[in-house]
Amino acid sequence: MTKYILKRLGQSLVTLFIVVSVVFLLMRLLPVEGYFGDGYDKLTPEQRTAALQRMGLLDPWYVQLGRFYFNMLKGDLGTSIIYRRDVPVVEIIAPRIPYSFYFGVAATVLALIVGLSLGIAMARKKGRAADKVGTGYIVLINAVPSAVYLLFIQLYLTSLFSLPLLFDRYQFRSWILPTISLSLGGTAGYAMWIRRYMVDELNKDYIKLAMSKGLSEKKIMVRHVMRNAFVPMAQYLPAAILSTISGSIYIESLYSIPGMGGLLVDVIQRQDNPMVQALVLIFSSVGIIGLFLGDILMAIFDPRIKLVKGEGAR
Amino acid sequence: MSDIPNPSGGLLKKPLPEAIDPGLFEFAEFDQNAGERIGYSNYSYWHSTFQVFRKNKVAVVAFWILALLLAFTFLQPLLPGQNSATKINIDPATGVQMRNRPPDAQFWFGTNSIGQDLWARIWSGTRTSLLIGLIVGIIEMVVGIIYGALWGYVRKLDRLCTEIYNVLNNIPTTIILLLMAYILRPGFRTMIIAMCATGWLGLARFVRNQIVIIRDREYNLASRCLGTSTGRIITHNLLPYLVSVIMLQTALSIPSTIGWEVFLTYIGLGLPVSTPSLGNLVNEGRLIMMSPELRYQLIFPTIVLSIITISFYLLGNAFADASDPRNHV
Repeated sequence: MTKYILKRLGQSLVTLFIVVSVVFLLMRLLPVEGYFGDGYDKLTPEQRTAALQRMGLLDPWYVQLGRFYFNMLKGDLGTSIIYRRDVPVVEIIAPRIPYSFYFGVAATVLALIVGLSLGIAMARKKGRAADKVGTGYIVLINAVPSAVYLLFIQLYLTSLFSLPLLFDRYQFRSWILPTISLSLGGTAGYAMWIRRYMVDELNKDYIKLAMSKGLSEKKIMVRHVMRNAFVPMAQYLPAAILSTISGSIYIESLYSIPGMGGLLVDVIQRQDNPMVQALVLIFSSVGIIGLFLGDILMAIFDPRIKLVKGEGAR
Repeated sequence: MSDIPNPSGGLLKKPLPEAIDPGLFEFAEFDQNAGERIGYSNYSYWHSTFQVFRKNKVAVVAFWILALLLAFTFLQPLLPGQNSATKINIDPATGVQMRNRPPDAQFWFGTNSIGQDLWARIWSGTRTSLLIGLIVGIIEMVVGIIYGALWGYVRKLDRLCTEIYNVLNNIPTTIILLLMAYILRPGFRTMIIAMCATGWLGLARFVRNQIVIIRDREYNLASRCLGTSTGRIITHNLLPYLVSVIMLQTALSIPSTIGWEVFLTYIGLGLPVSTPSLGNLVNEGRLIMMSPELRYQLIFPTIVLSIITISFYLLGNAFADASDPRNHV
């Protein structure tokens, strides 16, 4: 087990290294105007070269990359150019992390609770009204782009329940809708998969045996069906975390939540290269960590996963 | 397993012993009639698929809605009395732009904030978005199949392909998409490149897993022993099993492409405003959604968009069920 965790950890670190390097090098492909803010046109070519020299942008790419890693280990991700001129990126991002963290965790937990309850209810009432309503919900969430239905939720639910349209951290009621919105996608995913696994499990022979033995339906459901259906569910946790990250970018911007997702949209629109770079790195790291934890969880939960030597499934 | 010829070399490269006449081992042409001589059942895969599909009422309805909608989308500019999608309509009497006109007989869906005909813009936008979806779907399909087939079938590539997949799959799709669209200049081509950059991953993994399951079945061992080339085994023995999966993934890639387009447009990395697309229309509608009397500009595009994405989604899933031989009678 320890060996597997270490191996998986090494894999994550390699991925992180590749991602950071590729993102850094790709950002260097952008035109250099992005490093000057507004005054680029007023500078003479000599001044431009001097400024680029000062920022170290004329060095060979591996020197730049090396310096970037060195600074990153010191906790320095560069300074903002346009968003807040000459303020360290870390200083801008740090106060925003708690918001993104809260919404991410709250939405994941809410999605798990609601999604699993819905899926279990659907499997127990298979083919009846509750199942059909649930299926309709799942189709709607999966088929309609989230960018569209989230917009309508903001537009109509705020006026329907007289909730505030924009986020205000001192007003509790403005936390409700973003959290629910962020959990909708995960809810649909969990409900769909737990229902599918439970239905698969219900069709197996040992369930028929259990029923002919005279076990109560409740006992069969809890003891056998749900326990076995929960195991493969662990693998959807990482994917749900990734989709929550994506969702947060849109939702934070929609409700003006001062989190990292809203900030990313902001700095993309203003073309602030160091800020975009830092945020992209943070979001990819969160994704990589999320998948790592998900895989570890799965290895712990599912005794059927054999941790064999060598590569992939044969 | 060690005495089985390896598809990527091994026994096949050694010359045949002198005593055997290589002429005896020429490939025969495939003959449909000869193939059916030993068949005993009149089971036909596509016939059964079609039959199961037809029993699914929802899917049939979705199919007809989609067929009519697609036909109309592409015929609309040819119909008489249609306005141009990009023309700014000016009132001949006053010389003022006909801004934000609510739906009436002249402009069926009203006009937008600079006086363009929303009805024409919606169909033009649908064409753009469907075109993007189609191109992205096809590229994803080609890349996904080639990558997945090589990944699954050629053992030497397994390690490398797995690592590449892991790296790409570990990064949230949104981030890759944003980064690509940010670095390249926004536009039609950028959007397609960005969406293709991640979209093929799912299909590649699916194809790979299926191929790993069936590549060592007896008929494939037999083919390999008879010296069939790797390319022919992949295209003739393996891929026909995957048709249903591939079609499902391609059908589902259209709704997701439309969704990403709306998202990228919202971020500001979408198509230029001069090109009507569903993403641009939704975004234009979003900007004025706070005044209730103008909400039709948001609602009409979203209705068309939702009908398209829901139909594709239902259709793709119904087809996947129908093409699964376990559901055949």
